[in-house]
Amino acid sequence: MIDALNTYARKVPVWVIYLIGGAYPFWLLWLGLSGGLGVDPAKAMEHALGERALQLLILGLAITPLRKLVGLNLIKFRRGIGVTAFYLVLSHLLVWLVLDVQLLDQIWADILKRPYITIGMLGFVLMIPLAITSNNWSVRRLGKQWRVLHKLTYGVSLLGGLHFVMLAKGFQWEPLLYLGSVVLLLMIRLKGIPSVRTRSRA
Amino acid sequence: MAHRWKNNLTRSDVTPHDIYLNRRQLLGGAAGLGLATLAGGKAQASELEPNSWEEIISYNNFYEFGTGKGDPAQHAHRLTTSPWTVTIDGMVDRPGDYKFDEIMAAMTIEERIYRFRCVEAWSMVIPWNGFELKDLLDLAGVQESAKYVAFETLYRPEEMVGQRFGTLDWPYVEGLRLDEAMHPLTLMATGIYGKTIPNQNGAPLRLVVPWKYGFKSIKSIVKITLTDKQPPTSWNKALGREYGFYSNVNPEVDHPRWSQATERRIGGGLFAKRIPTLMFNGYEKEVASLYEGMDLRRFY
Repeated sequence: MIDALNTYARKVPVWVIYLIGGAYPFWLLWLGLSGGLGVDPAKAMEHALGERALQLLILGLAITPLRKLVGLNLIKFRRGIGVTAFYLVLSHLLVWLVLDVQLLDQIWADILKRPYITIGMLGFVLMIPLAITSNNWSVRRLGKQWRVLHKLTYGVSLLGGLHFVMLAKGFQWEPLLYLGSVVLLLMIRLKGIPSVRTRSRA
Repeated sequence: MAHRWKNNLTRSDVTPHDIYLNRRQLLGGAAGLGLATLAGGKAQASELEPNSWEEIISYNNFYEFGTGKGDPAQHAHRLTTSPWTVTIDGMVDRPGDYKFDEIMAAMTIEERIYRFRCVEAWSMVIPWNGFELKDLLDLAGVQESAKYVAFETLYRPEEMVGQRFGTLDWPYVEGLRLDEAMHPLTLMATGIYGKTIPNQNGAPLRLVVPWKYGFKSIKSIVKITLTDKQPPTSWNKALGREYGFYSNVNPEVDHPRWSQATERRIGGGLFAKRIPTLMFNGYEKEVASLYEGMDLRRFY
C-alpha cells in the first residue's frame, strides 16, 4: 500500500502543485463573478483561500511524520506545498484588503486593534522570509541556518490555526480541529519521531 | 390595530414578486411614523431595493441548523412547523398555549420592508409580512408590572441538527424591554414576499426588530414570557463582552473584533462597495427617543 503510494508519488511531477495552486485563486475569482460562490462572493472567496492555505500548512507539517512513521515519502512536494501556502495566504490577504475591508485607514486600524487580524498578519509576515528563501541557492547559501529559519513554519501554522479559532462565533468544532491538528503535529516533533528503519532494527 | 407604521409605498404596489425585482422602491426608512416624507424616501430609494427571494432564503444565520451561511437552507426542511403553539406566560392576564392558526386568525397581516443588519457587518433589505408584536401582546393582556419580554426558540435537536452541538446554550433565548416590544416597528414576521416564511428564515413566526442587530430577531418562537427582570439572551450569555442586551445598530460602537461603521449589502456581487451603516439602522427618528439619556457605549 505505502509502496504503491510512493511509486505513484514519484510519478507525479512537482509542477502539478504549482499549477493547481496557482490557478486556484483565479478559479475562485471566476466562480465569484459567475455566481458560483453564492450571494456573498467576497467573503466566500476570503474564507476558501484562508482555509486552503491552512490545510496546506498542515499538510506541510505532516510530511516528515508521515515519512518517519509510515514510510510515505512526499518530501519532494514540501517546497511546492509551502510556497503555494504562502501564495494562497497572500491572495487571502489581498481579497480581504481589496474586496472586503476596502478602506485603507480601516485596514491599519483593524491590523492594530483586532487581535485575530494582528495574529493573521503576523503569520503572513513570518512567511515572507520563508518564501524568499525557498530556492536551491538560498538553501546552499544559508546551510544550517536555513533549517533553523524554516522552523518558523511551526509558528506560522500555530498563528494560522489561532487566527481561525479567534474569528469563529460561538463554540465551533471546525477551527478547533485545525488548531488541534497543528498542535498534534508539533507535539509529535517535540517528542522526537522514531523512524521506520530504527524501529524495524529494534 | 395594524398599519401604525407606513412605508410610503402601498401594499398593492409591492405584492407581486417580479415588481420587487424590477423597480426601485421609494421607502422612507428614515421617515417618521406615518409621516413618510418624499424627500427622505428619495434619498434612500436606491438603497432600499429589496434583496431577491433567492438571496434572502439562501444566506442565513440560524445556528440551530449549522454555523455555515448555507446550512439553514440545506437542513431546515426537516423542521415540522405545523402544528405550532406559542406559550405566552408570565405577567399577562390570559396566559396559555396559543395555537399558531388561532394567532393568525386574530391578526392583520401587513407588509413591512425593512433594512436587516447583521452584527457580522453584512446587510439586506427584506420585505416581511407579519403583524406587530404589540397586537399579540395585547391579545394576552400585558399586566402593569411587566417591564421586559423574553422569547424562546424551539428546542428539537432531532429536527434542528445544529442543536446537537454546543455552539450555543440551547434553546436560543432573546429579550426586549417592554417599550421596545410595543414599538410599532417591532414585527412578528410570518412571511416574506407575500409567501409563507421559509423554515431557514424562522418559520412559522419570528421576531423582526429592524433597528437592532439581526441576532435579536429570534426565530421559530415557541414561548413568550412577560417579566419584570431583564431576561438573559443567548449571545450575551456566550460572549457578554461582545454582545449586549440592547445590541442596537450603531456605527460608532465597534464590535470588539470588527468595525461596525460600514456594511456589505448582500447581492452587490464580488466588487460591491461597502456602504455606511446608519444609526439605529436608519430608524433613528422612530426609535432614538427610547434610549434618551442612555450611554449607548455602556448599554451596547
